[in-house]
Amino acid sequence: MSDTGTRRTDLPAGLRAYPRLDRWLAFHPDGTITVFTGKVEIGQGLHTAFAQIVADELDVDVGLVRVAPVDTAHSPDEGVTSGSRSIEEGGTTLRHVAAEARGALLDRAAARLHATRSELTVADGVIRSPSGASVSYRELASDDLLAREVTGDVPLKATVERRLIGTTVPRLDLAAKVTGAPVFVQDLRLPGMLHGRIARPPSYDAALRAVDGAALEAMPGVRAVVRDGSFLGVIAEREEQAIRALQRARRVASWDERTALPAADPRFLLNEASEELVVRERHHATALDRAAREVTAEYSRPYIAHAAIGPSCAVARLDDGRYTVWSHSQGVHQLRGDLRKVLGVGADAVRVIHMEGAGCYGHNGADDVALDAVLLARAVPGRPVRVQWMRDDEFAWEPYGPAMVVRLAARLDDHGDVVDWRHDGWSNGHGNRPSARSPENVAGVLAAAHLARPFAPSAPPPPRTGSSAAQRNAEPLYDFPNERVVNHHVARTPLRVSALRSLGAHANVFAIESFMDELATVSGSDPVEFRLRHLHETRGRAVIEAVRDRAGWRAGEKGDGRRGRGLGFARYKNAAAYVAVIAEVELDEAIRVTRVWAAVDTGMVVSRDGVVNQAEGGIVQAVSWALKEAVGYDEHRITTRGWAEYPILTFSETPEVEIALIDRPDEPPLGVGEAFAGPVAAAIANAVANAGGLRLRDMPFTRERVLEAMA
Amino acid sequence: MGIELTVNGRASTVDCDPETPLLYVLRNDLELTGTRFGCGTGACGACTVVMDGAAVRSCDVPLSVAAGKRITTVEGLAEGEDLHPLQRAFIDEQAVQCGFCLSGILMSAKALLDATPHPSEADIRRALDGNLCRCGTHVRILRAVRAAASAR
Repeated sequence: MSDTGTRRTDLPAGLRAYPRLDRWLAFHPDGTITVFTGKVEIGQGLHTAFAQIVADELDVDVGLVRVAPVDTAHSPDEGVTSGSRSIEEGGTTLRHVAAEARGALLDRAAARLHATRSELTVADGVIRSPSGASVSYRELASDDLLAREVTGDVPLKATVERRLIGTTVPRLDLAAKVTGAPVFVQDLRLPGMLHGRIARPPSYDAALRAVDGAALEAMPGVRAVVRDGSFLGVIAEREEQAIRALQRARRVASWDERTALPAADPRFLLNEASEELVVRERHHATALDRAAREVTAEYSRPYIAHAAIGPSCAVARLDDGRYTVWSHSQGVHQLRGDLRKVLGVGADAVRVIHMEGAGCYGHNGADDVALDAVLLARAVPGRPVRVQWMRDDEFAWEPYGPAMVVRLAARLDDHGDVVDWRHDGWSNGHGNRPSARSPENVAGVLAAAHLARPFAPSAPPPPRTGSSAAQRNAEPLYDFPNERVVNHHVARTPLRVSALRSLGAHANVFAIESFMDELATVSGSDPVEFRLRHLHETRGRAVIEAVRDRAGWRAGEKGDGRRGRGLGFARYKNAAAYVAVIAEVELDEAIRVTRVWAAVDTGMVVSRDGVVNQAEGGIVQAVSWALKEAVGYDEHRITTRGWAEYPILTFSETPEVEIALIDRPDEPPLGVGEAFAGPVAAAIANAVANAGGLRLRDMPFTRERVLEAMA
Repeated sequence: MGIELTVNGRASTVDCDPETPLLYVLRNDLELTGTRFGCGTGACGACTVVMDGAAVRSCDVPLSVAAGKRITTVEGLAEGEDLHPLQRAFIDEQAVQCGFCLSGILMSAKALLDATPHPSEADIRRALDGNLCRCGTHVRILRAVRAAASAR
């Protein structure tokens, strides 16, 4: 990013699509400022960072800046909030908008104060001339101020001029959250609101044969029973009445089940039909001549659930043919597109308003439950209907992060240097969000497939770019003279899958970084030194060196049979944050991660504590995935229905975490939320190997797996 | 015929099935939506409230059992404008990501500190083991509870 004048073609995509400044920003007579963004708050503190960016560029108090809820009625469509791209994309757009707004205010002030623009200074929303005369933003900002297009000519603040970016601004949403204020869509209460629940099929393709709707309708409080093909929902006055009707519906409905699920081992993927996609190929014949020995290994990860603490929820209301939907979707415009397809209505017949839900780590049930609410609201015009999934619905029906298998093969020369690297990965696609596909496909909203006139769901498409889906981080960042990286794209999706935090990077980095450790051992090298020897990228080396120093890693250090430490490294997407992690484990029959050190380079740090918070969270969640998590299923049904079957990391099991932040204020900001998944998994596996020589190649590293590996 | 319930020091009469879980009465009848549904089986702690001094899962407590007990929800934690030391510590430590689990965690921590003003690290972790957090905010939540405990 240039700090000195940006040409229009260099502007962020959001600004090219919506060039008018008043689409993004509004000044109010009371001095407050509203920011309109298409990027939603999903628990990552994003809107605080946006307020911080705008306040910094405008030179106003951050407390004056409000971020408007994202709403299809007025918010720009900036795509889905995902992939840790929000600061990079949405934040950069807002910096430009705020800089242009400040420029427009300075122009007006120059005329008012009879001074030239360059003589003026700005502090706290007040512009001063050298003579001491001043005028405030409030006085200058009229409705027409921002009624114009972005020019792209206004320079962004230089690094030294920034006051807020790079500091920590306290989260704006925190006071409401610690006092229990109604901030989530789950908390929305509208006059006359009814409560709905959906009686889902017992397995993916089960068809509803019969249900005694009259018996359900006769239950206390029940206002309607909605049946459309295999979609069955109940609406009641009170929430517990809806739940009782749901429980009864589950007992009395009869279903034809026909789902056949694969073996509960990711290796079933190896026997599926697949399409071979070559991600990268590099040849160096003379290097290959030096090959002295070959090492191979195979790694896997299971299906992993998003498992939000608050089950998916939406409220919908039908008034005069128009639907209003309150949703925690990551893409309200995209969701509106899918709802319109299912309902067969025009663009202005559906409005989606974003409200926060529980933490979101990819494509969960948020969009699905919005369709559920709309289908129920259609039956009771004028009455809002709130639908919240039950815990078992959430586990059984959310789209999981796909299972993956990665086979690696490397050839080493006599010095133990890698001269040839082969990566073969097997996976489904990882993205099946609303509006991701053709106009007919509405795989992003579950119930569409259950209707009497169903929309056939289709599988997620093969990756379009080197860093998307299963191919994310499949290409190693190391310098290997010969490389062949292949993705075996499996189209058939016996389990419903879509985007989960970090997509394929989790399994790919786990495999690559575990294998680098195995190769270091084979070549008699220290794992830190082995990586540095194969890596010339400066910023990559810097995070590895930083975590080595922070953790006090000693070259060649070995565990004592019970305790060990291991390293993991990646640059997320090979384009976002650089992270290096050292994990310490204690091993008896079960594995306990006791401590994690991390070094992270996210380029320009917008919110210091925001980055640390995201890093800590990414690390703890990654520990949970690696040690404990796998979706269970038998031949026909998903068997993971509650927390008992899907334990996640508890407070007693939480490691100490220490983060070293490398701030590069002159580099563009890079996403951090998802960067840790793979490096942490590998660091744990490497620490276990370091402790006692046990090599774990299949996640999760449960007690059973450890005992199996010991046997 | 209503059922009498005392929540955050205020008595109310609720007219619904006595078997109704306390959670839905709090959220829908008393409009105290800070107590949140997470699992409905007492396994995640999102709906934790303090009842006669003990942290309980309100999704698991029928209204008939709650009647006559002293119940505190997250909305009753502050005294007027004065935030509870736990709330202040959570803000100071920025101990939140999405915040959905937060009310339950605050209430489990309150029950702990009321009974054990100077808890050990193990006490704190044990008291929170029934509360799940998916964002991985554990590190700073522990820090905040420690800070609140030492501020007393």
